[in-house]
Amino acid sequence: MSTMIDIARNALLLPANLQDHHLDQVMDQLLGAKIDAADIYFQSGRLESWVLEDGIIKEGSYNIEQGVGVRAISGEKTGFAYTDEIGLPSLLEAGRTARAIARSGGQGGIRLQGVPADRHYYDPINPLETMTETGKIDLLHRLDAEARRQDPRVTQVVASLVAAHDVVLVARSDGNISGDVRPLVRCNVHVIVEQQGKREQGSSGGGARQGFQFFLDSERALGYAREAVRQALVNLDAVAAPAGTMPVVLGPGWPGVLLHEAIGHGLEGDFNRKGTSAFSGRIGQRVATEHCTVVDDATLPGRRGSLSVDDEGTPGKNTVLIEKGILKGYMHDRLNAHLMGTESTGNGRRESYAHLPMPRMTNTYMLPGKDDPGEIIASVAKGLYAVNFGGGQVDITSGKFVFSASEAYLIENGKITSPVKGATLIGNGPDVLTRVSMVGNDLELDAGVGTCGKEGQSVPVGVGQPTLKVDEITVGGTN
Amino acid sequence: MIDMKNRQAQLQQMVEDMLNEAAIQGASAAEAAVNFDIGLSTSVRLGEVETIEHTRDQGMGVSVYFGHRKGSASTSDFRPEAILDTVRAACNIAKFTTEDPYSGLADAARMAGEQPDLDLYHPWEMEVEEAIARGIECEAAARDLDPRITNSEGATLNSHASLQVYGNSHGFIGGFPSTQHSLSCAVVGQQGESMQRDYWYTSERSPEDMESPREVGRRAGERTLARLGARQIETCEAPVIFQAEMAVSLLRSLVGAISGSALYRRSSFLLDQLNQRIFPEFVRIHENPLLPRGPASAPFDNEGVATAPKELVRDGILRSYILSSYSARKLNMETTGNAGGVRNLTIDSGELDLAGLLRQMGTGLLVSELMGSGLNMVTGDYSRGAAGFWVENGEIQFPVEEITIAGNMLQMFAGLQAVATDVERRGSIRTGSWLLEPMTIAGS
Repeated sequence: MSTMIDIARNALLLPANLQDHHLDQVMDQLLGAKIDAADIYFQSGRLESWVLEDGIIKEGSYNIEQGVGVRAISGEKTGFAYTDEIGLPSLLEAGRTARAIARSGGQGGIRLQGVPADRHYYDPINPLETMTETGKIDLLHRLDAEARRQDPRVTQVVASLVAAHDVVLVARSDGNISGDVRPLVRCNVHVIVEQQGKREQGSSGGGARQGFQFFLDSERALGYAREAVRQALVNLDAVAAPAGTMPVVLGPGWPGVLLHEAIGHGLEGDFNRKGTSAFSGRIGQRVATEHCTVVDDATLPGRRGSLSVDDEGTPGKNTVLIEKGILKGYMHDRLNAHLMGTESTGNGRRESYAHLPMPRMTNTYMLPGKDDPGEIIASVAKGLYAVNFGGGQVDITSGKFVFSASEAYLIENGKITSPVKGATLIGNGPDVLTRVSMVGNDLELDAGVGTCGKEGQSVPVGVGQPTLKVDEITVGGTN
Repeated sequence: MIDMKNRQAQLQQMVEDMLNEAAIQGASAAEAAVNFDIGLSTSVRLGEVETIEHTRDQGMGVSVYFGHRKGSASTSDFRPEAILDTVRAACNIAKFTTEDPYSGLADAARMAGEQPDLDLYHPWEMEVEEAIARGIECEAAARDLDPRITNSEGATLNSHASLQVYGNSHGFIGGFPSTQHSLSCAVVGQQGESMQRDYWYTSERSPEDMESPREVGRRAGERTLARLGARQIETCEAPVIFQAEMAVSLLRSLVGAISGSALYRRSSFLLDQLNQRIFPEFVRIHENPLLPRGPASAPFDNEGVATAPKELVRDGILRSYILSSYSARKLNMETTGNAGGVRNLTIDSGELDLAGLLRQMGTGLLVSELMGSGLNMVTGDYSRGAAGFWVENGEIQFPVEEITIAGNMLQMFAGLQAVATDVERRGSIRTGSWLLEPMTIAGS
């Protein structure tokens, strides 16, 4: 939408008296060296958060972040500088610094043109303004009351509400200029339960690229409070988790963090361009059973990981990573796509203007299969059913990945029995999906809580999957 | 080069402007912090420049108190009107937060007085070309080590100079410049179909204290080579050595568990353990925030409270929690000057070096890498992915991967057998390798 560009211009350029011809001037200066490509990234962000603890609104904070990053690329070399001051002098200085990556002269004469994005996957709202302060505080108190109402064993409730409003404008040396307005809200409830000196915790939450109404629809946020208490009470009764290699059934939704760690990072373009990923050079090869089709989809409306345009001005896309078990493609930003002779898949993302873009995931999920979830569990004689997870991590070179179950149960003779304590699962990325023998018909996306870290940069992401069975993976319990 | 003295005066003025504005807005108390960081980051890969980043980060934050109602705001925009807007945003927030009798500044009597020079500022006047040359030398040392080093993620040199200024309405204002320089290298080795990657880095306040580029590259290469041919082992129980860099994470968990915020929320596995034995008798853990050139040294904490050396664990007994003024008031105690965390926490080493520790263990697992975040802070239940080496008769036999280690933090602490002399010193926590009693190792 060209209106996005207008909104972004008004928010970012107008207050600094910057016009497009000023950007042309910076770009000309950038390209007055042996530079293949350059971009200027303007960002203005507002973040507001509220925390309830001990039944009172203990903390509130408001953060203002703005600035501009200038990048110049020459072959595989990147020069980068940024400034918190949005204005022509600081822009020209950042440009001079960034272009020092290449020395000798070249062409110039760029004229920027707005290219309207075809679609946008969220509305250009300011989520901070979608609810009054009193409304936000009232919601937090209701979450506290709802959690405590569930069970007298609840001794502590911490509830938080966060809203972020980001406006970005990307001007590129190929003349493309695009803008985006990115709302993001997040709510979380964490509880401690105590029973005869034994304590446990539970946590639940969600979020979206929407306004705060998202949390009121169908009492969604109250559901987080109930869910956090339910998880904590389950864990009070948990027995030691098993240790060793066994079949594991992963529940739908958030356990899709498996895909993010096991294969997602390994399919990011930078690692594959450099040949440091366990998936390098494996396009067209079988990396999963025929039940598995995995996509990275920035185009889901309102999801936490969705992007109308990425941080390099490429429209968000739905990219097939694995189709019926065959590796189809990598996720690219512009630099790595160019160096590998292909096109960006709209995965060029950066934490802020002060960070360089790189290939990152958006919403990564597996498409539904044919199996009934009940039958998947019934097919396991002895194994683990894991339904909630904390974070994960991967070594993309060796391919080894972990993800930590926070709610899991034993499966004995096809039936779910005792809850077990949290345990880390470890596997090998290129192998794990070749051991997926059943895929459920119950695709769910996560509730909107994911944050992915790579090389010190955090970005919001989504994951999802149907119930699926991995025939063999190592479970890190104590029993 | 930035004139840090002049810049510090500017930042102090900003802090004073913020505190003044808070008073004008009717706040009964306020505190403000400003930081400024300027740096150069160059990375090379396969002998060529990959990125040159000129970094320049700044931020300021303010907390205002209207009686016991608190509001906070922060910004990266340093224009005078933005500073005032930020203070007003904090005041607006405070209209909606609840009266909290425990909130407020730390006691005026605890503010740092004369602030010692901790020798933290050693700027590096370095041209971009020199930074690149060091990276290239470092990476080459790793790549030239062995033909099995087949690829590289490159070498990165970072050099930063920072200023931090904090002030509050007690009239305290303090600030100090510091520098941090690091060089890191990561290379990939190949054996058959499988690849392994490892890295090494040096990080110091002063460039003269850094390991040489060749040394960093050599260690990165050696660590990668050592991992080649790694395999799973069978599920078993065995003693475990956490190599020094990994043992840091165990002490970090201790810090989390004895921190005021976890204690007053009753979300710690070390609840009500003050003056109780949590480690064997030989264990002594102490903090020295005033360590010259220390990576986490500071003359005052994030609330202006004077820092001082102290013991946290003596004779295996927990002697002190880690408290800010807020968590201290919640627990009816006194702040320990730890707003912002621990500063140069150290566990005393025993007599043995790592080789000696391996001999003491005999047969077991040496953990050189941990993956994931599998610690339940409420119960202490621990389960993490790991890689390392299988050890028999005190000798490394082969590299191990795709395993987990699991146990409970309380038992792991109580079962600490020895701490080696190979002290990791690059971060805010310093320790040698730890030998622990048997843990559950899950593998094939």
